[in-house]
Amino acid sequence: MGGSDRKESTPPATTDFCGQAVATRDAYGAALVELGRRNPQVVVLDADLSGSTKTVKFAKAFPKRFFNMGISEQDLIGTAGGLALAGKIPFASTFAVFETGRAWDQIRQTVCYSDLNVKLVASHSGITVGEDGASHQALEDIALMRVLPHMTVIVPSDGFETYQVINAVAEHRGPVYVRLGRAKVPAVMPPDYRFQMGKAHVFARGRDVAIVAVGIMVSEALQAREMLKKEGIDAGVMNMSTIKPLDTAALDEAAKNSRLIVTAEEHSIIGGLGGAVAEHLSETTPVLLRRVGIRDAFGCSGPPQELLRLYGLTASDIVQTVKDSLAPR
Amino acid sequence: MIYNSETSSIRKERKVPVKIAHRSADISSLKEKARKVRVEILKMLAEAGSGHTGGSLSAADVVTALYFYKMRHDPKDPAWPRRDRFILSKGHAAPLLYTVLGLTGYYDMAIMKQLRKVGCALQGHPSSKLLGGVEVSTGSLGQGLSIANGIALGLRLDKSPARVYCLLGDGETQEGQVWEAAMSASHYLLDNLCAIIDANELQIDGHCNDVMKIEPIFDKWKAFGWHVFDIDGHDMEAIVGALDEAERIKGKPSVILARTVKGKGVSLFEGKAEYHGIAPTAEELAVALRELGE
Repeated sequence: MGGSDRKESTPPATTDFCGQAVATRDAYGAALVELGRRNPQVVVLDADLSGSTKTVKFAKAFPKRFFNMGISEQDLIGTAGGLALAGKIPFASTFAVFETGRAWDQIRQTVCYSDLNVKLVASHSGITVGEDGASHQALEDIALMRVLPHMTVIVPSDGFETYQVINAVAEHRGPVYVRLGRAKVPAVMPPDYRFQMGKAHVFARGRDVAIVAVGIMVSEALQAREMLKKEGIDAGVMNMSTIKPLDTAALDEAAKNSRLIVTAEEHSIIGGLGGAVAEHLSETTPVLLRRVGIRDAFGCSGPPQELLRLYGLTASDIVQTVKDSLAPR
Repeated sequence: MIYNSETSSIRKERKVPVKIAHRSADISSLKEKARKVRVEILKMLAEAGSGHTGGSLSAADVVTALYFYKMRHDPKDPAWPRRDRFILSKGHAAPLLYTVLGLTGYYDMAIMKQLRKVGCALQGHPSSKLLGGVEVSTGSLGQGLSIANGIALGLRLDKSPARVYCLLGDGETQEGQVWEAAMSASHYLLDNLCAIIDANELQIDGHCNDVMKIEPIFDKWKAFGWHVFDIDGHDMEAIVGALDEAERIKGKPSVILARTVKGKGVSLFEGKAEYHGIAPTAEELAVALRELGE
């Protein structure tokens, strides 16, 4: 692995966000503009939230290839489907709660059943939407997308990974859901990281526990590993950014070599990463499993950092979960 | 097959750069084709033992005019990039779509016996993954017009002369998404798009205006910025005239309100909501075919 690989796989970039703390939606906005420059078939649609999803950058650079559909998510998805049928590569964006909730039937019937080449890239996922409250916090979008045949589901952890994911999904033929966030997140992926669809990134293996995380929880998991080390607990961490298809080989390996698996996601523990991991491991490699995530509840208004504490989504919560689970009974 | 030579000649005409020339419509031949389409729809439905009879028969004349006269398409090359597109938003009329695709030469008519059987390409509602010639899978009502808009936008970006046709039911316009799409087509000035409403006034639970009032349907589309044609949807001359005229409307999308009779062509089924989703029995088929002159 080296810098030269990256240069070959993607043309010179203004930035690939390597090592930068940035909101994943900002990396998306920038990646889209570059993609638009490189590939004339790329078109972008939004539903009156282009300033928030950052598709506005593409809109300014390529006004003829940008379609604002107004506040109408069902039409957004259907129109994206039609553009895909006309040979375009449509990226359709709005908030995750509206994209996957309001237009679920359109995603099922039009996009997935016909296996159309539509890229659904949603921002403002999870509790870190913050002050806007529960109506705008998607905590079930992964579950809603993961259940659909033909769909690929990706949750990037930082700007660098998002940049690579956007380039990768443009090359992939078929429907993809990419889950992005509103808040700035720390850089977690190493400079030599190369995103591969369906492949987890293992930061470290752990004898005692393997923490499987996505999105903003990757950073929390890495902090938890350091905290656990001080207490003599050997914790591994992997970033399962592609939730579907799941990297089952990486999971099986972790389950064989660790006493405990802990999943961590800014999403309901029902049907998301934790659900996917539980479904797989219970059929192949039964192991003690704990899920850190939203426990069957709606969110609420408040500053993101406070909400993460309130809903138990911090490094300390992961540490506590690990210790409780490994304690002799 | 007869229609192969016809479609290849259409294809040549298509290459005329400025104005696309058409065959002049042979109304009596189109009427005969529509009769044949009805016969085949009824046969396949009776064979399947279930399916949507009323709405397939009501739209038969319009769809016959599209596939046998108006649309430029190539049954031997269903993915031909410059083809006109047909989106069956009212996916329940699958038997009608399968019949015109079969009769225009997309596949052998023997396939019709497979309708609704396990492992077949002819699903209860159209599946584009399984059957060539079907542009997109439909069946959940209200979604086709958005898809048609997207195709129209894409074709316009490519400066393609191809046009997009979308067939909706009148009951289907109770779906909110239809009006989102009606707004979008008008906002984006999609004059390469023509929607057709099969206004048979009936839906499964009864008369549309009893179930959920859709009138004044003409005024609604007008208010949304569309050019509206209001025609007798069984008058082949009127259908051909509206389809031709729609192509000349610039700067806005067109919609043809085709006033039709559910179950048209068979007195047993005409104007009866109960034949929305019921296939003819063997006895009913015999009566129907006699009435259609078979």
